[in-house]
Amino acid sequence: MSVPVRIPTPLRKLTQNQEIVEVDGLTIRDVIENLEKSYPGLKERICDEENNIRRFVNVFVNDEDIRFLEDAATQVKPGDEVSIVPAIAGG
Amino acid sequence: MTIPAMDNNPLFSHLQCRECGRRYPKDAIHVCEFDFGPLEAAYDYPAIAKAVTRAKIEARPRSMWRYRELLPIEGEPLVGKHTGFTPLVRANRLADRLGVKELYIKNDAVNFPSLSFKDRVVSVALSRAKELGIDTVACASTGNLANAVAAHAASAGLRSFVLIPADLEQSKILNSLVYGTNVIAIDGAYDQVNRLCSEVAGKYGWGFVNVNLRPYYAEGSKTLGFEIVEQLGWKIPRHTVIPMASGSLLTKVNKAYEELGKVGLVAETPYSIYGAQASGCSPISTAIKNNTETVRPVSKPQTIAKSLSIGTPADGYYAIRAMKKTGGTADDCTDEEIISAILLLAETVGIFAETAGGVTLACAQKLIASGAIPRDESIALCITGYGLKTQEAIAEHLGNPSVIKPNLRAFEALLEQPVQSI
Ligand SMILES: Cc1ncc(COP(=O)(O)O)c(C=O)c1O
Ligand SMILES: [Zn+2]
Repeated sequence: MSVPVRIPTPLRKLTQNQEIVEVDGLTIRDVIENLEKSYPGLKERICDEENNIRRFVNVFVNDEDIRFLEDAATQVKPGDEVSIVPAIAGG
Repeated sequence: MTIPAMDNNPLFSHLQCRECGRRYPKDAIHVCEFDFGPLEAAYDYPAIAKAVTRAKIEARPRSMWRYRELLPIEGEPLVGKHTGFTPLVRANRLADRLGVKELYIKNDAVNFPSLSFKDRVVSVALSRAKELGIDTVACASTGNLANAVAAHAASAGLRSFVLIPADLEQSKILNSLVYGTNVIAIDGAYDQVNRLCSEVAGKYGWGFVNVNLRPYYAEGSKTLGFEIVEQLGWKIPRHTVIPMASGSLLTKVNKAYEELGKVGLVAETPYSIYGAQASGCSPISTAIKNNTETVRPVSKPQTIAKSLSIGTPADGYYAIRAMKKTGGTADDCTDEEIISAILLLAETVGIFAETAGGVTLACAQKLIASGAIPRDESIALCITGYGLKTQEAIAEHLGNPSVIKPNLRAFEALLEQPVQSI
């Protein structure tokens, strides 16, 4: 089963400039592993040495930050959209 | 469309990833391609130390640009020439009420042009945007940033778009609309606005002050710290209390104090920095209280301090590090405490602050009461936005004017009534 993953500008060099790529997976963890298979180099940008999602990376399933769900174990199903978004300053 | 950065300012050497140290050119970019770490302006401090003196700075016009060697632009400031150098007020009556010896209010409620500290960050971001040849600027905002972008863009002749959560205070919305900007209100919380902006930012070549112009934007906040130090006679206050939304201002005031030491403008005396949040949106102070550096986002902020309602604070981690490193800490306060603090500040210092200012003072009161901030050392409170911007929050807590007929008898009758105390 595949879901669309929205790639942020700083990573599009690794996806041949594609904004949205289709990736297989049942959980966010799977999605990241499969992203790496199709687009080598992506995983180390998103995850640190201990395989945790980096501090400054926000991952969303539809409109929900996965930190409000089950982090990397969050499940995805057909019709969901995954977004990878760098943390942003505010005010 | 961005044009390649010129390199006319050797003191501002490059952008650098705060996480891995990789260097980047001085373009409209904000995250490291390798680890998503934020990019930050890097300077040649030994060269700056040679280039600046107190006398040279003091002789310059009274604006934030008197510290231009420590700001990330190439040439003369192109936007916001009159921004900054707001008053630092010695607040003796308030000090008596709080039972402390030496208290100062940094009054950015009267910053120019749009009455909040955001005028500082935007004047740097838009000056840089102009240097980079960007013609359209934008932001995601909890209100004040939108006001500052709208005002500065109008004066600079730049097209602007400001994106805000739809439920902001009326005055903050009006205060953007008046400048002829495009106000886009989004049915969602700030974090959702922000996420939309980060997706839009890459698409049109616009300069989003808090996204792709962030490295320039963020540096503007340092000037609040530089000014406090200069206004104290080139001394770093022992304790500084700062309101936090994304945590950027706090992080940068700390950087300002460090830099002044590094370039030899002040003695490197010990100081502590404290963060203030509203309890209805306190991801950073909660992390500090739980003694962790992992900031758990707040999905539905609920407080009258809408300007501080950022549930996912991008600089939360660095803010925590800055507070810990300097021996400071953080606290948070309820809506009732915010309102009482706004009134206390107005009645004892004559300064009318927006809700974020109420948060700063209310948290300072708690930190003093708990002994975290000692009573006998210098304390600076950062008041960062003007009170008429958040009228809704306090309107019901004020009395009404006394209405009388236009004659002396009515006036005298009024004075004979028992005094209404507020
Ligand atoms: C009045 C006021 N004070 C303080 C802040 C906090 O700024 P930061 O996001 O840099 O923590 C904001 C942010 O919007 C603000 O509007
Ligand atoms: Zn990096």
